Amino acid sequence: MGVKRRTLENSRKRSTAIVATIFLLPIAFFLIIYIFRSIFYTFQISTLDWNGVSKSNTFIGLDNWKTLISDKTFLSTIKNNIIMVIACLIIQMPIALVLAYLLDWANKRAKFLKSIYFLPLLMSSVAIGFLFKQLFDSQFGLMAVFMKFFIDTPFNLLANDKTAIWAVIGVICWQFVPFYMVYYFAGLTSISTELYEAAIIDGAKRHQYIFRISLPILSDTIKAATIMCIVGSLKYFDLIYVMTEGGPSGTTELMATYMYKSAFTQMKMGYGSTIASAMFIIITVISLVTFKMMHIKEEK
Amino acid sequence: MKTSKRFSFAAIIAIIFAIAWALVTAFPFLFMVFTSIKEQKELFKSSTIFALPKSFYLGNYIEILTGNFVMYFKNSILVCVVGLIILIASASMASYVFSRLKFKINKLIFGIVIACMAIPIHATLIPVFLLTKEVGLYDNPLGLIGPYIAFNLPLSVFILTGFMKGIPVEIEQAADVDGASKVGIFLEIMLPLSVPGLATLAIYNGINMWNEFVYAFVLTSSVKSRTLPLAIWEYQGQYGVNIPMVMTILTLSALPMIIAFVIFQEKLIKGMMAGAVKG
Repeated sequence: MGVKRRTLENSRKRSTAIVATIFLLPIAFFLIIYIFRSIFYTFQISTLDWNGVSKSNTFIGLDNWKTLISDKTFLSTIKNNIIMVIACLIIQMPIALVLAYLLDWANKRAKFLKSIYFLPLLMSSVAIGFLFKQLFDSQFGLMAVFMKFFIDTPFNLLANDKTAIWAVIGVICWQFVPFYMVYYFAGLTSISTELYEAAIIDGAKRHQYIFRISLPILSDTIKAATIMCIVGSLKYFDLIYVMTEGGPSGTTELMATYMYKSAFTQMKMGYGSTIASAMFIIITVISLVTFKMMHIKEEK
Repeated sequence: MKTSKRFSFAAIIAIIFAIAWALVTAFPFLFMVFTSIKEQKELFKSSTIFALPKSFYLGNYIEILTGNFVMYFKNSILVCVVGLIILIASASMASYVFSRLKFKINKLIFGIVIACMAIPIHATLIPVFLLTKEVGLYDNPLGLIGPYIAFNLPLSVFILTGFMKGIPVEIEQAADVDGASKVGIFLEIMLPLSVPGLATLAIYNGINMWNEFVYAFVLTSSVKSRTLPLAIWEYQGQYGVNIPMVMTILTLSALPMIIAFVIFQEKLIKGMMAGAVKG
């Protein structure tokens, strides 16, 4: 009897193993080929002097890395990326949170508003980039109309090296606020209405309910959104490439755009890979640190 | 009494803010659609960009739709449809394993897959470009499918595993007693019950694939193999100053997603929410 049961258990285990292996094959194929292998090769290519086309390449060890550390353009891309992360956090998170609270409060009455808010998520970054490039136009753009109230000759915000990065940040916020809004809205709807009713019965005012009850419950969602926003802001490419190509005079150049230009415009695959590897390290470290910091806070 | 008054003041501010944000969101879209049905000279003549179109001019649409646009559109459809089918098949198989099968390293593998969500796709761009060239898929829309699947898989598996965990186990247990195999349970019970989750994935990833730019930009080079986001890029070069024409292309390329959104709105929002809550 006991032996029989054990063999039955064993055969069950074996069939589980077989099914698991077969079912995980497709995902393993895609992740290994396109992600793990690529990350590995990015680091490997970063040690080469290579244009990506010719068969011959020279191994130059850490030379690319040495160049990178003293590369003023790269350092300024990090600075621009950091400005972007901070600005996006400060602007997007509160707006998204307020809109989410409004949608939650208005419930079904705001269906139409919800659909409008959602629109930017449906468009490609390229399309949004071109659309706003037009709106920033100094002659036929929307911004020109507003600027005429304050100054005589409106200029193109994207073409001015002091304003370009803020114009780009504005567009990024326009595009991504709805994403975080949906995220927060989801968190809010998962809080049961009974909790709200109980709080009101106990004599809590609406703002007390918001600040003392629902925001603390939402803190995990807010943390997750913060991490997503930081990581996302470090990866921006499409919008910036379309609207400014990193200009004017490098003031909107980001790690990703600089990497693209080095590798595919100047055909320096080795150096481009070095930038890509650095990006990978920076983003991984930052996400790990943020993650850890938030966990420590939670324990305290 | 005092507090309730202050609250209603706050509510008014909030509502004004909500409407202001709706205007900020909607204006660029209205500008896009209205400008696309204007003639170029109408735009130049009118004193303000706020002017409504005088007539419903379809010349821009006709010119675009009779040009290369159809080619781009076909490529986008091809990449999306094939990509989605393979993506959903792979994601549902993996999610079934992660949500139901019990073995030692299950959690570890799941963790690795989830960690991939944080990887910046740009860090993989150069090797994928070289690989695509090597296997002869460069400048072929089919070459885009692999990377698109790979980069959308981690989040899809994350959402779908959460969804499948929510399906009650009892139904399977009954089938298990009746002697059904794991594959049978997956195909005949889990998949049909996961349809709402799969639909969400299809819409969410469909939008991502439809709008993807960087990879399409790097892995293709000619009209015959490029997708819609690049059509925008190329027409911009061709029509440059012809603003109504550029707006027509923007409208046309966003249209399928907007239509899909109108039809599947509730599903999409619910799906994004499912992912959000479990995150």
